[in-house]
Amino acid sequence: MATATFQVWRGDEAGGSLREYKAEVGEGMVVLDVIHQIQATQAPDMAVRWNCKAGKCGSCSAEINGRPRLMCMTRLSTLDLTQPVTVEPMQAFPKVKDLVTDVSWNFRVKRQIKPFRPRTPDAPDGTWRIDQKDVERVQEFRKCIECFLCQDVCHVLREHHKHDQFIGPRFLVYAAALEMHPLDTENRVEELRKAHGVGFCNITKCCTAVCPEEIKITDNAIIPLKERVVDEYYDPIKMFFRFLGGRK
Amino acid sequence: MSQAALPLKQRGWGQTMRRDAWWVQPLAVFLGLAAFLVYANFRVFEGAHYYSGHSERNAATNYLTPFYSPLLFDVPGVRPSGHAWWSEKPALLAWLPGWVSPAALILIFPAGFRFTCYYYRGAYYKAFWADPPSCAVGEPRKGYRGENSLPLILQNVHRYFLLFAVLFLFILSYDVWHALWFKDGAGGYRFGVGLGTLILATNVVLLTGYTFGCHSMRHLMGGGRDCVTKAPLGHGFYECVSCLNRRHMLWAWLSLFSVAFSDVYVRMLAAGVWADWRIF
Ligand code: SF4
Ligand code: SF4
Ligand code: FES
Ligand code: FES
Repeated sequence: MATATFQVWRGDEAGGSLREYKAEVGEGMVVLDVIHQIQATQAPDMAVRWNCKAGKCGSCSAEINGRPRLMCMTRLSTLDLTQPVTVEPMQAFPKVKDLVTDVSWNFRVKRQIKPFRPRTPDAPDGTWRIDQKDVERVQEFRKCIECFLCQDVCHVLREHHKHDQFIGPRFLVYAAALEMHPLDTENRVEELRKAHGVGFCNITKCCTAVCPEEIKITDNAIIPLKERVVDEYYDPIKMFFRFLGGRK
Repeated sequence: MSQAALPLKQRGWGQTMRRDAWWVQPLAVFLGLAAFLVYANFRVFEGAHYYSGHSERNAATNYLTPFYSPLLFDVPGVRPSGHAWWSEKPALLAWLPGWVSPAALILIFPAGFRFTCYYYRGAYYKAFWADPPSCAVGEPRKGYRGENSLPLILQNVHRYFLLFAVLFLFILSYDVWHALWFKDGAGGYRFGVGLGTLILATNVVLLTGYTFGCHSMRHLMGGGRDCVTKAPLGHGFYECVSCLNRRHMLWAWLSLFSVAFSDVYVRMLAAGVWADWRIF
């Protein structure tokens, strides 16, 4: 087996640094395997969060060679092993220890989004009828595994720390899944504009680039939401007709 | 075990742990757009060589460059092209200084359309404003307002520019129709196809792919409704727009290139440098 060098960030909220480890690498291995090997053989106190090792639980998010990725889905064969590989925790969230970050802000944000409110059932037995074509769009958004890599890479959070004013791409996807649902009757447009800060997104698409579920976050969720905000707030002709029609 | 210090919070401009050539894409966008802007400005203020039939060598051809279409009036002093809406500069516009070419009056619409296009916005925020320079790369400025307040909130006018863009497609298609008719030298016209006809037609096809893949178009054509099956022009049309939208970036670049190339071609014909290749 060949060896390769890994620089793993060790530390906590107070500070930390990259530490270098040599690891045995072989065919078919992913970065998470290496982290586990280092943990088992050299650094038993190294903290790492993981669960499924199949790219489905969204726990093992980290930054590998500076790119936000799932450790369990990053094959060593895709990395240049002649140079040290860096593994760091996500930068947009407070650090807990080593590769583990505190992502609880995300769960608080999620609670602020108005929940699903379906129309009254279509049939006496309490069920609904929907056309598959109408739900297809939101089914894409439901693939999200809440890895928060998109939140991590989004410069509004990562660089500008607007956690109080902007809910981030993950929750714009979530809001879009509810807002565009054919059964939903709730209106979230005002919150999207004000409290959720959709206007902070400058559609630079880094979230789309890192999403392991390949959700077209910017094109399919954020821009359509921006367009709905334009309908309500920035389209003078639409506003004029609404005024004539007596709707505010 | 060696240790390397690692910055914890905001990284400085261009700082990143990325190893790949993250600067290539923004640099390519910068160069591509800057080259187009320089060339377009040169052409708009050149105020000449916009109609191929002006040159002796290509007198039979009838190509108008997209940069000068619609042609409100012919540039004073040149032979009438037959494409102008007014035979001479209308009195209403007489106060305009001479260097304001007829192109300068109309280009505000396609320029505004592209400037406010969602794809271009994302691309030039990165390439021209480093906001961010690239994904997971440190930024030069601390403050950030995004498109949430003035001035960038004005980008939301995009859907109005879309209306004009659709109108321009009709105008440019009409120019292609003109490009199918060649002067026979006896005052009449004969149907034909030249290389210029094909270039202008390809340009319209690419511009249509770009315009109909617009995000605002997608919104208006059903995306704004919760049930896309109730789209105003039907679900099929919504799907069509969505399909073009998936490759909006590609259409944006192809059509930008084709507009510029159509102009180069017509300019070279009008200046008599190239001769049009008449296919039949
Ligand atoms: S497209 Fe918007 S939400 Fe996504 S990373 Fe860029 S700024 Fe953030
Ligand atoms: S949208 Fe994609 S990147 Fe963002 S949390 Fe969900 S799966 Fe992860
Ligand atoms: S361990 Fe579950 S996504 Fe990586
Ligand atoms: S979004 Fe690109 S043209 Fe409208």
